[in-house]
Amino acid sequence: MSQDPDLTPAASDTRPAEPTSLRLVTALSLAGLLSGIIIVSVYEATLPTITAYQARMLREAVFEVLPGIERIQRLVYRDGILVAEDAEDTDDEAIFGGYGGSGELVGYAIPSAGPGFQDTIRLLYGYLPSQRQVSGMEILESRETPGLGDKIYKDQSFVDAFRGLAIDPEIRAVKKGTASAVNEVDAITGATISSKAVVRIINEGNQRWLARLAVPGDQPTEERPEPPATGG
Amino acid sequence: MNELFWIFISALLINNFVLAYFLGLCPFLGVSGRLETALRLGLATLFVMLITALCAWLLNTYVLIHAPYLRLISFIVVIASTVQFIEMVIRKVSPGLFRALGIFLPLITTNCAILGLAIFATNRGYGLAEGLMYALGAGLGFTLALVLMAGLREESELAPVPRLLRGTALNLIIAGILSMAFMGFAGLFSTV
Amino acid sequence: MSKPRADAYQEFIKGLWRENPVFAQVLGMCPMLAVTNSAVNALAMGGATFFVLVASSLLVATLKRWIPRQVRISTYVIIIATFVTVTDYTLQALIPEIHKELGAFIPLIVANCLILGRQESFASRQPVRLALMDAAGMGAGFLFALLALGSVREVLGEGAWFGIDLFGPGFEPWVIMILPPGGFLTLGLLLLLFSWIAERRQRLAERLAELETQTR
Repeated sequence: MSQDPDLTPAASDTRPAEPTSLRLVTALSLAGLLSGIIIVSVYEATLPTITAYQARMLREAVFEVLPGIERIQRLVYRDGILVAEDAEDTDDEAIFGGYGGSGELVGYAIPSAGPGFQDTIRLLYGYLPSQRQVSGMEILESRETPGLGDKIYKDQSFVDAFRGLAIDPEIRAVKKGTASAVNEVDAITGATISSKAVVRIINEGNQRWLARLAVPGDQPTEERPEPPATGG
Repeated sequence: MNELFWIFISALLINNFVLAYFLGLCPFLGVSGRLETALRLGLATLFVMLITALCAWLLNTYVLIHAPYLRLISFIVVIASTVQFIEMVIRKVSPGLFRALGIFLPLITTNCAILGLAIFATNRGYGLAEGLMYALGAGLGFTLALVLMAGLREESELAPVPRLLRGTALNLIIAGILSMAFMGFAGLFSTV
Repeated sequence: MSKPRADAYQEFIKGLWRENPVFAQVLGMCPMLAVTNSAVNALAMGGATFFVLVASSLLVATLKRWIPRQVRISTYVIIIATFVTVTDYTLQALIPEIHKELGAFIPLIVANCLILGRQESFASRQPVRLALMDAAGMGAGFLFALLALGSVREVLGEGAWFGIDLFGPGFEPWVIMILPPGGFLTLGLLLLLFSWIAERRQRLAERLAELETQTR
């Protein structure tokens, strides 16, 4: 830029003639130290809000994809069976069990993720073991193209297609307007890749979890008489 | 294998860094006047991107697991110093290569495409092989966009264009049309 | 230096139009085009950039005495990256829905050449007060340009502004405007508009001067 070149000499007057490299290293380390302190304190200050928000969104999504449930319970797969586990600091993959008013298991909400058209898509879907059906799907995170790929959560008819969708032999995305079987979903025009990605992610989730759910006697019911007011 | 190939093609054509993510626009508009300069800058960027992918993977695997909040600062500092170090090595070892690529290296380090590569690769949880493939696709895609743009600009200099439109405005509109053309590549992989 | 208030005002106002970072200098476009597909996103991105620019300029202008010349660029980058990280976490806590949309592009504010450029060419050699005004002006100019771009793209591409439907159901949105090509085209056309207005103004000023000399 050309403004005020006449002011430059004034600024250079304050400079030391030839700073030693010790001084340079000190200045940079001080800057690094200060910035580290600032970043860590802001990180610590905002972390509780951020995690609380994410937990709330996840909870709302579980109720969304499993209509009619009253209570949810975080479940992990450990040593061959599903067990209730509220602590989130273990490495186990977790799903959520949804229970009706009288404490009976209605279905599971299963998180799954995979590559979409632009970036990773993370979603949550509800699964009803009694009917072998998907009961709903909610996108948790996606950066698909605005205007096209983002219809996977903005286009209501696409989202609705996942309510009561048979999973056998596997879910398929077909050209718009040709879905006829109970396991078929109309892909979104202009967002075929994103639509297929959603279907593929759910199929992958099924492959990973259905066998674990089918273990006999694993139907986790109420373990505590008092349902907790807030989850994990 | 299939997945790696998909990452490469996606970064090269469908999610081209310049034409779909608008990354590295400053050199794209500033240096794309001559075909040869564009090619050299593109290759130098590819080189820095490969180093970046390696650095980002090392940082993510060994350091940032314990301190995720230092991601941005450590990416910038580590990538910039590594590139500077390699620049010195190239100057010593191969003066010819240094003359071809060297002058661009410091410029590229502050380019948003480099930082973008590191951040996107982290967000997608890429491993080492995937990250390098992603860098290869992104770097070649950047080169491709730069070379295409340079070719178009050399032609447009000869065309009778209204005076007000000359310069950045025209280049942006050309880039817009190029970007539209690249959107067509998305169709390559939709087979429903 | 005789009229400090007028000087400060000048430093502020120049960034808005005459030296607008986007329309006049074409700086800092990398992060801006990608997120200006709606007015809300543009506002959030512009606000974040404004904060980082003003805070960094303030700090650089205050500390310039103690920053050795040889490592000044590295120091500026560290300062800017610190403020960007702070902004990133703050936005994630305060407005998580919008932060989700901007996603990976907030960290990229670091690479915005406008911010580093202002530190090097202005904040590091001017008094704190002027540096602050300059940064506020440039930040506001950037915000204004982003908002203009985001508004045009959202109105044409979605038929809405800040999410409020404008044209009713009869309007077929120009989807291309919110896709990447729309960003390039809109910015190109806005630049054209800017230089057209600038030239008309100049011609008008010349005509006025001419008339004045004739009537004398």
